[in-house]
Parts: sequence; C-alpha cells; structure tokens
Amino acid sequence: MTEGIRQKAHIEFRLNDEAVEVAFAPHKTLLEVLREDLNLTGTKHGCELGECGTCTVLVDGRAVLSCLVLGLDVEGREVTTVEGMAEEGRLHPLQDTFADLGAAQCGYCTPGFLLVAKELLEANPQPSREEIKEALAGNLCRCTGYIKIYEAVELAAARMRGEEARPAKEIIYGYE
Amino acid sequence: MNRFEWTDAATVHEAISQLNGRAVVKAGGVDLLDRLKEGLEAPQRLVNIRNIRGLDRIEEGKDGLRIGPLVTLARLSEDKLVLERYTALAQAAGRAATPQIRNMATAGGNLLQRPRCWYFRQEEFHCRRKGGERCFALDGENQYHAIFDNQLCAIVHPSALAVPLMAFGARVVLTGSKGAREVELERFFVTPEQDIMRENIIAPDELITEIKVPRLQPATRSFYIKQGEKESFDWPVADVCAVLQTKGNVCLKASIVLGAAAPVPWRASKAEASLAGKVINEQSAREAARLSMEGATPLAQNRYKLAVFEAIVRRAILRQASS
Repeated sequence: MTEGIRQKAHIEFRLNDEAVEVAFAPHKTLLEVLREDLNLTGTKHGCELGECGTCTVLVDGRAVLSCLVLGLDVEGREVTTVEGMAEEGRLHPLQDTFADLGAAQCGYCTPGFLLVAKELLEANPQPSREEIKEALAGNLCRCTGYIKIYEAVELAAARMRGEEARPAKEIIYGYE
Repeated sequence: MNRFEWTDAATVHEAISQLNGRAVVKAGGVDLLDRLKEGLEAPQRLVNIRNIRGLDRIEEGKDGLRIGPLVTLARLSEDKLVLERYTALAQAAGRAATPQIRNMATAGGNLLQRPRCWYFRQEEFHCRRKGGERCFALDGENQYHAIFDNQLCAIVHPSALAVPLMAFGARVVLTGSKGAREVELERFFVTPEQDIMRENIIAPDELITEIKVPRLQPATRSFYIKQGEKESFDWPVADVCAVLQTKGNVCLKASIVLGAAAPVPWRASKAEASLAGKVINEQSAREAARLSMEGATPLAQNRYKLAVFEAIVRRAILRQASS
C-alpha cells in the first residue's frame, strides 16, 4: 500500500546467492543501489537511458538494464552481478576465456557482456554464431570490434559442455 | 529523478484506487524511468503493477488469444502458440529494442509509450504535444518523423506491437474506477487533430488489463518486417505487418498496417482493397505497395521513407505467397 514519501526505502533480496537487506532513497535505480549502497562497483554506469547495455545484471536469471530498474523493484528477487560469477574462488569459464582471448580491452563493457553471455549459455549451451550475436546485440563495445567477444563466448560454451577446446588461431587482417 | 511515493499494488482494484492526483502506473518501467530521468514528468506517486497476479498470461480460448498486459516482449517473441499462429506478433516483439529491454518491457507498456521524437523527449523544447506553440520537427531534423498526418505534429507512434495487433484487429480492455470497457485498438489511438496532448484514450485512473486478438480466419498468415538503419538495437525507420487470408494463391482479405509512418499506427486501406480478390504475385504486391504510400506528405528529410515502405510492404505481401 502507499508508503508516503520516505527518506529511505528498506528492502530484502538475494544478491549473488546471499540474502541482503539494504536501505536507500526510494527513487534510486538498482544500478545506484548496487554501486553506492552495496559497494558492488563491478556493474558499470553507462548511458543511463537503456542504450549501451553496460549496466546489465540478471534479475531472476534474465538480463535487464539496472539503470532502468528501480531498486525498489527487486524486493524478494534474485539478482546476479559480475561479482557473483566466480564460484569458490574460481573464475567463471566466460571470465577465463574473455581474459585469455583478449575479449576485454578497456573493460568497461565487460561485466555487461559476461552476464548476457551467462544468461545465453544457461538457456542454450551450444549457440550458433548468429545466436550469440543476437543475444549480445544489446551491448556496445567500442574497443574490440566484437569478434573476440564472440570467440570467447564460443570457447567458454565448448568448455562448459566439457569439450577439449582451444582458442581459434588469431587472424589479423586476413593473415594467420 | 524527483522524489515520489511508491505503492506496490497487489490487485487491479488496489492499483486503480491509488491512481489519483499526480500518480502514474509503473509496469516494466522502461519508458517511465526514461521520462522521469529526462524530467518530462514529475509524478507524486508511482503505482507498481508489476506484482499483480494473473496479468501475465498468454491464453488461447474460443474467441482468440488473450494477452495479459504484463507479458514481456521476450515472452511474446518466444511463445510457441504466438509464433505458430500469430507469427507477426512474435516477430514484432522479437525485433524490438534489445534482449535486455525485451526482458523488461511489457505488452501494455509497449502500447502506452510516449513518443520518441527527439524534440518531445528534450525538456528544453516546449513543443505542441507538451502544450507549446509549435512542432519543432516540421522545419527541423525530421528524418525519422511521420510521412502521413504530419501537419500539426510529426511524431511517429513508437509501439512495435501496435502494428501487428492492429492488423489482427485486436481490442484492449481498459479497467478503471467506473468499471471495464473494451475498445478496438483502431479506436484506442488518438490523432493530433483529435487531441495533440495524448496518443490514446486511456483515462488517468485506467489500466490496460487485457489485450484480445480475435481468432484468425482459416488460411490466414501474417508477416512483420522492420527496417532500421542498423541490423539490431534500433528504432524502425519503417515497419509493416501484413495479415492475409488466402484461398490457393488468391488473396481473400488483406490487413496491412504501417508503423513509424504516422502519429498513430497507420492502416494502408487502399493497399488492402487493391489486393482483395487478386492473385498474390510480384505485380499485385508492387501495386499494393505503391498504393500504401498514396497521399503521403513527406517532410524535407524523410522522403526516403516512401521507397523503404514500398519495399517492405511488397516483401511482406510476397512472403505470404511463398510461405
């Protein structure tokens, strides 16, 4: 019911597999709550208007833009940020392959890419290049030209399927 | 963003009872948060309807398809029933915006978006639609603006779903403090001549509580095409839905609606009439496509849209013949 204009909202939700409770000004976006009130700065602040994808997090397993979600909206839900991708001190296979293949340069877009790729591979363990392109279409990268990102997702997918996979040989300007 | 009260409504009735004064409805929140951040609106209260149960169903009954207003674009684009029978609707949902936005945005919210005209979205431009004196697009940057009904205000209607829904003859159920009413989508949208300050007839205390798509006639197929400047992540410069009922390769009835063409989803009546009773082929499709642009009044920078529309209208018609 109506709660009046309050200085602070107080909610509980699950964040990276842990129960958290947090108080914040009610007009704050999830992005601001994560970065400013929960000190999880892995989620990046980009365009603020839903155009760049760098603030992507998973809510109940689906990729959403945390700049267009109010903090109040995740009460009782399950939120995953890039900080929640590593398990027991081991990086997620996507994090490994992004690092190994140079799929991150300046790195600002990387957390968003990692999370949409994680959503994709959980739904579709063997995506085609076209399906990967489609899934990552909401994320902008101004450094890599995307090819290395696609290759990193493909390699991580293969490893997660338990296949012995090596990175594709690097090709520069058409020469191996 | 301004400070606001927050109401988490558990039922439709509870939401409606809170919709007074300067209150606005929040569902997916995609367009609303954008408007709040741009300073276009400063509501006193947000009424969150996202957690109301039962408003997120897709069901097929005797009289057709019923879509809850909270169904996301992602779900519409993936739903087997929608994909199989109401193909154009799934295609439109799946081509809109980006995967993340499709995970958030709802069907009801998609129909109720405010215009994306850059003059309307900028706080600094006090245009006619915001109570000002002039439309800045008419002699400004108008490459993405309307080519029909653009004398007073040249916005294009921003809803991707409205294009197939109107072509299917859908209706919306609006529920408010005085009860529920059912309106054809065709009469739901408002032209600038009717009221320049709004895009539809919904009252401040009403919610869209259902979208109804009538049962399709036998041998009816639908196809949606969106043409943007880029392959992904873009608003359409032109989009079209063609719903054709056929017998063999003869078209019995055609319903063709254009998006990004006018301040409301735009029915191409002459194109529809020209196809009825004709064999669907290159020639009849070309003629219908040409007629779909008859009466257009392009602005200084958007004449190119005519050729784009002609191409996608023709292709959407021919896809039915080949499918």
